[in-house]
Amino acid sequence: MSTVITTPKNRPDPRDAAKDDSMIKQKEMMARHFDKITDAPESGQKVCATFVPGNLNELIMCFDFANNLPEVNAIQNGLRKKSGQFVMEAEKLGHSEDVCTYVKSDIGMMAKGNLAPNGKPFPDPDVLLLSYTGCFTFLKWFELLREQYKCETIMLHTPYEGDGKITDNMRKYMVKQLKEEVIPKLERVSGVKFDIDRLRENLRRSAKAEDDLVYVLESAKKRPSPIDAYFGGIYYIGPIFGAYRGTEEAIEYYATLRKEIDARIAAGLGPVTPEGPMGKEKYRLVTEGPPNYTNFREFWKMFYDEGAVVVASSYSKVGGVYDYDGFRHDPDRPLETLAEYCLGVYTNRSLPQRVDMLVDYINEYEADGLLINSIKSCNSFSAGQLLMMREVEKRTGKPAAFVESDLVDPRYFSAANIKNRLESYFQMIDQKKAGASIKGAAA
Amino acid sequence: MKSTEEIIKRCEELYEDLNFTAAREWKDAKPGRKVVGYMPIYVPREIIHAGGMLPLGIVGGGDQLEVIHGDAYYQSYICRIPRSTIELGVGGNLDFVDGMLFPSICDVIRNLSGMWKLMFPDVYSRYFDLPQNFNDDIGGNYYISELQELRQGLEEHCGVDITDDALRRSIAVYNENRKLVREVYAYRTKQPWKAAAADVYLLIRAGLVLPVEEHSQMLQDWLAAVDAEDRPMKDNCRVIVTGLFCEQPPLNLIKSIELSGCYIVDDDLLLVSRWLLDDVSTEGHALGNLADAFLHHSESTSSKYEPVETEKGQYLVRAVEKYGAEGVIFASPSFCDPALLDRPMLQNVLNAANIPNIAFKYAENSGQMQPIREQAGTFADSIKLWSEA
Ligand code: SF4
Ligand code: SF4
Repeated sequence: MSTVITTPKNRPDPRDAAKDDSMIKQKEMMARHFDKITDAPESGQKVCATFVPGNLNELIMCFDFANNLPEVNAIQNGLRKKSGQFVMEAEKLGHSEDVCTYVKSDIGMMAKGNLAPNGKPFPDPDVLLLSYTGCFTFLKWFELLREQYKCETIMLHTPYEGDGKITDNMRKYMVKQLKEEVIPKLERVSGVKFDIDRLRENLRRSAKAEDDLVYVLESAKKRPSPIDAYFGGIYYIGPIFGAYRGTEEAIEYYATLRKEIDARIAAGLGPVTPEGPMGKEKYRLVTEGPPNYTNFREFWKMFYDEGAVVVASSYSKVGGVYDYDGFRHDPDRPLETLAEYCLGVYTNRSLPQRVDMLVDYINEYEADGLLINSIKSCNSFSAGQLLMMREVEKRTGKPAAFVESDLVDPRYFSAANIKNRLESYFQMIDQKKAGASIKGAAA
Repeated sequence: MKSTEEIIKRCEELYEDLNFTAAREWKDAKPGRKVVGYMPIYVPREIIHAGGMLPLGIVGGGDQLEVIHGDAYYQSYICRIPRSTIELGVGGNLDFVDGMLFPSICDVIRNLSGMWKLMFPDVYSRYFDLPQNFNDDIGGNYYISELQELRQGLEEHCGVDITDDALRRSIAVYNENRKLVREVYAYRTKQPWKAAAADVYLLIRAGLVLPVEEHSQMLQDWLAAVDAEDRPMKDNCRVIVTGLFCEQPPLNLIKSIELSGCYIVDDDLLLVSRWLLDDVSTEGHALGNLADAFLHHSESTSSKYEPVETEKGQYLVRAVEKYGAEGVIFASPSFCDPALLDRPMLQNVLNAANIPNIAFKYAENSGQMQPIREQAGTFADSIKLWSEA
């Protein structure tokens, strides 16, 4: 058995686990995000709800809305171990046990007082911007919320990249929707006139932060990787996927983060884990699929205890792909760029594209293999993953493994099963590496 | 004149034939013929037909296909239809199919389009997007370009010409077929004791694998035959069954509902056969006409966005009134996102309109019908009691 036993000797000093500036900043940003939304009834600010993939934050800000992203709330409820009861509440109300638990966590939360993490109630949204991007569930989710809130609901249909490319027709369709439906409706609800220069400014700021985000993500090409691009990556993508893209705060956050990563690189350090800096990097993995949030730390620990670091992950591309084909929000083509952003998010890409991305990540980041965390809730990610796994294995010659859990439903997290599977996977990687070095020596 | 029994027997043979012999024979009858498969929920079959090709509806493997390979491609929490469809592909049952279309209905079929590309690289596989914006200038123009791309793709891959004239002719042929399908449905609504739900299902299902002209003739024959026959009327209640628009229920499930005391007076099975509600114009811009029909005269269903909040689910309420139904049965495939996410909203609408309803789930290979029979039986009894009270 080749499992690395983490002894107190190689366990880093917990005092090192002191929070980095970027972490403190992000915590504050998160708190301000929720305060802004829950204070809306007093501040008079209007609230728009929209989804993380296809989140048009730059546009939403043009109308002075506070942006409430329901997946972010579901994640918070998962991390705070509240989502389980919310999911069950929604099921009691008649929602099927078979459907996405993000939706049920949201609906259950509404039924139980709709409280934000700051303890104050979420106000009803003034508008639901149904950015239908990369996931069928979104369509029904906002129909369900519309039934409850009876507020203006704006559909923005992002066509799927079925043939692995963005066509002119897709772009035009989206720009037309933005121009003729989305913007006029947002103007009407907000009472604010659309100013394209304001949008350009927001987009310019987005691109700046995106540069730094990509720098951070790509730092994982180094050995040891200074970041974990999956578990740590969740934190790194927070501001840019959420309500901060296009703001000065996001620029500052990513600049700070970049500096910290540079310092880690200079010191030859690996990622920071909840228990302090990670020990020796032993396995480099690429992951596909969202993580589990109800047992997030326990799940992460199964990796860092074994010296496994995730060097690239598809999940950190779900709210926008910035690294793979170099997309940046472009202030010179404001509406087209919003369309292309939506069209390019990871879950809006065809399966062959997703396979190409994972293969390229494995090669470019010199990973030892692919790990898929298949999410029961999510057909958008999960349907087809077993074939993806085989394709990636075939094309890279690297071993892959498959574990199953759920995003925010604790009933589907089986720690023992996942741990067993991971242990055998790490063994498999060891064997593969040993085989390769024997072959290398024989050659 | 053929009897309904003879006609349904032929339909049953087609239904059971997972090797698609009829379509193979059609293809072999003339060199150069092509077959293009499509999945639920809707594709404009006129475009395939206009290229002289056979549109072939693929709706999974049903309860007769043993799924051996398919399970290795899907986790347990994904519905059945993609795995049995993969089984058909891997097993060679579809080896004569030149193209496959995967319409936008949900993320499972969407992703299957990419799987097909990876697994069967020689087949023309296309994800066929349907607009969720129903404005002519926006969704309409987008859709026309989509249709145009589909047309070109088929022309290039299958080496055919799809002219405007041919398209207009094909539209007329499908108008005729849709009209006959509507007549069959109307007949059943009026005299459900004469048109068993399973028979009607098989009859419409035959249209997935037969050339449309042959199918239209079959529908005509059946309409003539059914009128000439007599069957006793039972004291059944009248129900609409909904949620069956993709993965097919086992034939036994349809029979069980009827056997337990419910006449099915409308359903959403095989929607492709009546997706467009009225005749499509055969004058002028053929693709524009198909787009107009899609945007303004097509079925409402769970995979389609309802832009007007107050209209949500009203199509079901209207159907209940129009067909004189006394209740609605939600029968949904397990793990089906569109059907199951939509269901609570539809149930709320029905409850607000005091329309009795029940819900259960199935899989295409469900074997145990007893629970369904019991549930549907109790539902029928309660409706009868309700109407007597
Ligand atoms: S978890 Fe998956 S199914 Fe659920 S909302 Fe997100 S992308 Fe959609
Ligand atoms: S049964 Fe439902 S979830 Fe499955 S492929 Fe069909 S529409 Fe999609």
